[in-house]
Amino acid sequence: MNKQNTATKLTNEASFDVEKVRADFPILFEQVRGKPLVYLDNAATAQKPKQVIKTLDTYYREYNSNIHRGVHTLSEKATAVYEEARNKVKEFINADSIKEIIFTRGTTESINLVAQTFGRNNLSSNDEIIITELEHHSNIVPWQILSEQTGATLKYVPINDAGELILEEYEKLLNEKTRLVTIGHISNALGTINPIETIIEKAHAVGAKVLIDGAQAVPHTRVDVNELNCDFYAFSGHKLFGPTGIGVLYGKQALLEAMPPYQGGGDMIKTVSMKKTTYNDLPHKFEAGTPHIAGVIGLGSAIDYVSEIDLHEAAEYENQLLQYANEQAAQISGLVPVGTAKNKTSIFSFTLDGIHPHDIGTILDDEGIAIRAGHHCAMPVMERFKIPATARASFAFYNTREDVDALIQGIDKCKQVFS
Amino acid sequence: MFDIKDLYQEVIVDHNRSPRNFGKLDDANKTLEGFNPLCGDRLTLYLKTDGNKIDDIAFDGSGCAISVASASLMTDAMKGKSLDEAEGLFNEFHDLITTENEVDTEQLGKLAALAGVRDYPARVKCASLCWHTLHAVIQGDDNPVSTE
Ligand SMILES: Cc1ncc(COP(=O)(O)O)c(C=O)c1O
Repeated sequence: MNKQNTATKLTNEASFDVEKVRADFPILFEQVRGKPLVYLDNAATAQKPKQVIKTLDTYYREYNSNIHRGVHTLSEKATAVYEEARNKVKEFINADSIKEIIFTRGTTESINLVAQTFGRNNLSSNDEIIITELEHHSNIVPWQILSEQTGATLKYVPINDAGELILEEYEKLLNEKTRLVTIGHISNALGTINPIETIIEKAHAVGAKVLIDGAQAVPHTRVDVNELNCDFYAFSGHKLFGPTGIGVLYGKQALLEAMPPYQGGGDMIKTVSMKKTTYNDLPHKFEAGTPHIAGVIGLGSAIDYVSEIDLHEAAEYENQLLQYANEQAAQISGLVPVGTAKNKTSIFSFTLDGIHPHDIGTILDDEGIAIRAGHHCAMPVMERFKIPATARASFAFYNTREDVDALIQGIDKCKQVFS
Repeated sequence: MFDIKDLYQEVIVDHNRSPRNFGKLDDANKTLEGFNPLCGDRLTLYLKTDGNKIDDIAFDGSGCAISVASASLMTDAMKGKSLDEAEGLFNEFHDLITTENEVDTEQLGKLAALAGVRDYPARVKCASLCWHTLHAVIQGDDNPVSTE
């Protein structure tokens, strides 16, 4: 899949019209502490275009109602738009059927769902789960819980000094006991793009299933679950310019059919009697209770928005920003980039000699610049690099070279304050 | 307008660069750890007390400038104080960093340099971690302190 290998390519920057997309994001024109906002915390959550904001507004003003249960007009409309959004997700990731698209609260819930249904049904004390040192806590802790519940063993693929998975070690971990390989598509702490095609193929060769945590990937690359042939794929709406509180679990239909429900309640049943309940068909079997209707509709709108953008071009543009940031940062003494994978997205994680990332975060905030400082919910990564935290700037396609300049000036300011 | 240098005053930058009372206290009779799980700051506080009096106090650990400077300044201020005086100072300091109330700057001394924290609510926990840990030690708590 060469569309992912955009990290090192350089093309004409003019091909991406950043001013046009910026105009769609009202928050980018806000002031913070008296300075124009420079938003560089996109890996935590992305900003929302006015199209998504308007969709949410229209839903609440014009057709707010519950779905799948009313006979009235509003409910019919809300149900139709909700299910239309499911179809948009299906098209967006190229799934075979809308039955394979489950709405969840986010990546975290998607992963927990798989752990507690597929995992509990299929794993026992003789089995092994492979994860990696690069994972976000949401792709570690659910498996630790499952491991406690079932006795299954967790194994970690190590990373090298650049923050890349060591594939030879992965191959050594794989064996006939491996039931599941669960791995991030792109690392949120370091930006590393993992070679998931190879990882999936090798896992399948020993009969293991594969879950991909795509939280950081969907805003930067086209994801085609059919081509990837992954068994599960999880992502969050809010990192894809949609609302918080909504996410997606893709699963192959045959696997989802065989899995027990996750939660019980309304909507996930066909009939309930005092003795026995029959469960609803996919995808509703996994969507108990009134869902986040506005969230789903907003996610549909976000997908419409990014579908209008050439994500491939946008990713190249973001990588130019990253490269520019790297060049500028190389001039700053004491700045150490963390995560230098050959193939990476626009995440710039770093430390500064003698200045703690939290102090960097506060001083940059004073300049109107939003970055993330901390362990990025990836403490094993920090442990690997023997640092307590990093400062992380993460770019989206609406960021500019001026944003990078502001960041670099802000870092200079940090050094002044501590000089 | 508020200036970032009001937060990172020279005293703080200095105490961060060369923290006082830093390191393990071998003859400590009270030791307690404090964590800030959100940002990973951690420190250990060592106290040598004689009855109601703090004979010696030290700390080690890692954290941001605000938390290191705060622990450095706090330990400096605590030497020779009685436990009651320490608790009194804790309350005064807490007011300093979380409220606009008048505080007794004479009593606080150099600790007043941390006043800028009140304009950065996200950093209050950094400045108060060592204090909460000290408070817990005085209360006779054995469990590590967590700011969450
Ligand atoms: C790689 C990765 N996985 C999982 C998550 C969890 O996503 P959410 O908090 O939206 O459930 C995140 C978000 O921070 C992430 O970056």
